[in-house]
Amino acid sequence: MSPAQITEANFKDYPPEARHVATSHIRLLQQLPLGFVPLLLQQIQGYDWRFPAERREIDQQLSYLASLTEDRRRRLLAGFQGLKLSPDLERLDWVGSPGGFSERLSAYLWSTHQIDAFRQAASNYLEKFAATVSPERLPVPRLGIAVIGKDVEHNSYPLFRKFRPYGTYFTHVNPANGLRILLEAAATRAAAHPVPFGHWYIDGAAEEPTSNSPLIGISYGGLEPVRRALLRRIEKAIDSGISGPEALVTMLHKMRPDEIGLAQTPGSQVLSHFQAALLTDGSGTQIFSTTFVQWTTRELWRRAQPLTILARFTPRQRQRPMNELLSGKEQNPELDPIGSLIDADMGAFYMWIDQQRLSGAKEASFLVWFENHNQALVISPTLPRNTESNSPVEMKWLLAQAA
Amino acid sequence: MPEGQENIPHLLHELIPQATFFTRVVNRGILGHYVATASLATGVYETFNNFASVPPEHPTVFEYFRKDLKRPPFDAWVVAPSNGFNRIGGSHARSFGPEYAAGVILPKRFLRQALSSRGTAEYEHLLRDNYETPLFAPEVKGNEIPLSEFAEILKLSVTDFVAHALRLSSPDELSLYVARQLMRHYAPSLLWITLHDMDIAHSGSYSLYIDAIQRTDRLCSEIWRTIQSEPEYAGKTTLFILPDFGRDSDLDAGGNGFQHHRTGDALSRTTWLMAMGPGIRENTVVNRPVEPMDLVPTLGALFGFTPGMAQGNPLKELL
Repeated sequence: MSPAQITEANFKDYPPEARHVATSHIRLLQQLPLGFVPLLLQQIQGYDWRFPAERREIDQQLSYLASLTEDRRRRLLAGFQGLKLSPDLERLDWVGSPGGFSERLSAYLWSTHQIDAFRQAASNYLEKFAATVSPERLPVPRLGIAVIGKDVEHNSYPLFRKFRPYGTYFTHVNPANGLRILLEAAATRAAAHPVPFGHWYIDGAAEEPTSNSPLIGISYGGLEPVRRALLRRIEKAIDSGISGPEALVTMLHKMRPDEIGLAQTPGSQVLSHFQAALLTDGSGTQIFSTTFVQWTTRELWRRAQPLTILARFTPRQRQRPMNELLSGKEQNPELDPIGSLIDADMGAFYMWIDQQRLSGAKEASFLVWFENHNQALVISPTLPRNTESNSPVEMKWLLAQAA
Repeated sequence: MPEGQENIPHLLHELIPQATFFTRVVNRGILGHYVATASLATGVYETFNNFASVPPEHPTVFEYFRKDLKRPPFDAWVVAPSNGFNRIGGSHARSFGPEYAAGVILPKRFLRQALSSRGTAEYEHLLRDNYETPLFAPEVKGNEIPLSEFAEILKLSVTDFVAHALRLSSPDELSLYVARQLMRHYAPSLLWITLHDMDIAHSGSYSLYIDAIQRTDRLCSEIWRTIQSEPEYAGKTTLFILPDFGRDSDLDAGGNGFQHHRTGDALSRTTWLMAMGPGIRENTVVNRPVEPMDLVPTLGALFGFTPGMAQGNPLKELL
């Protein structure tokens, strides 16, 4: 089927809001090239459970594309139009299953040496689109907080090396009640700037108890029943002879949150779908808590674009054979605090990089603290770069520099 | 010291000074380990499904070598990780194929077979799986060699093999052990070893990734020392070391840094190659861009066979 042949009936299986968005823009969709339109449909198909920021971006893309003359649109999407796709791809149900099409398209582009052309086309499109979007006015600059190194008593690994050129490294932080102070500060921001899905607390173990916190919490420990349910389904699929890794990935992408024990009530859909995606799309998020926390912060910055994330990296289990890690059968696996500290140091750096991709990056701040120790680093518009401070400081003072 | 170099002291201080080092090897093919390694072996960017149990489409270096030079079966071997690589020894290309293929040994698969009737607890660290897919990779079947035949090939009893494995710390250590056995008993003229521990990066654990890099660095040095200590090899062997490709940049929004190699960005495509041995200039750096497809034509020029279907060009700095 070619895009010109799309009709409203093709969207009958889309969720209600997604169907509305697609059918409202059917004339536009009919004019887009096959190398592009399924990728847009993939975003639209999940509209009902996307974060507000993602919905806004989909709406903006559709408005932007609709605002262009036919000629300008053709020039904008020429890179996609120029891709040589196979008849097999054209025959796929790319409207009903744009995600499946996208996987096949990716494999095809790699095998036909067109992946670089696709990257260029996508980069060009996103650059042009971004230039048309007015900078978002944030109620408060974004703040990322990473807490790393739980349960590490002695450490010789040089922490924060990758961060140091960008911020001030503090060597005499008073660690007393540090985590509590950070959690309260994040909660205070959330209460002062109540934006939907705007403030998050991620924990690699179980969430620290907080009373009536406006932060949205996700924890590796809290999702344990979901992880176990997911791993049981994977084991079952393997035992039933699933045909290979790609078939397994496709199966996971189609999985509904309720199939692995996540709530599907109208008010919880967005969060449930997000949590399910963390475990089904992420690599290693099912087995290592450090990977789970890093990937969660990446996906939150990218998708929800919140104002605040407090992420606490905790010890992951020690490495064992992958199939055994995936079985999830060990109740109390041995932990690896030092390895986890190294994981978290890098994970925190990636968290900051991902934060920097968002609007307001120049005003944003980031704080990373070695839990229960004296070392922290703050990147903030008010603090010098590539600087070390050996003065005694309180956590609240550090937060004031970052807030 | 530039970031990361502290993890590769052996490459940096022992091997590079003895080598001609190419700083820009650009892989323009598919960045999946089996298909990319097969491409290295054929000198053609192969395009098959990375996760399929299929042989390369084009003749491999092993087939060119054995056919042109009329070499016996035991003169070319591949030691590789378990998944996928079992078909890398020979292609289905016309006039080539199994008759001229290299013997392929997948040490982990044999260890698993050897342990099938007993607990594996002591050997868990040697049975790690492929890390490339998000969750798991079912073991690729095909080209099975009976355990007894494997033991016969290595001139080892199964008991000795298992006992030795217990003293090792990773699948790549096991691969090197098997490679040494092959060198001692067959002295193959062409031996291809694929080290794979560092693909643990796909699990997202940076510390495990760094551990694997440090181990690989050490193993590369051990391979060179083994070559120098074996009479059949010392002073008359050329060693090539190269990654199949790189990993995604920290800064590419489409990836997740070191974890994967999916973006096709410059860092994931650009890597390096070193060669050392008699007649190879030492302590020499070559900055011109080359491609991994140049490996097979270079081997052809060194050995004296003609890789007729290989793309790329012999690396003139090594000839």
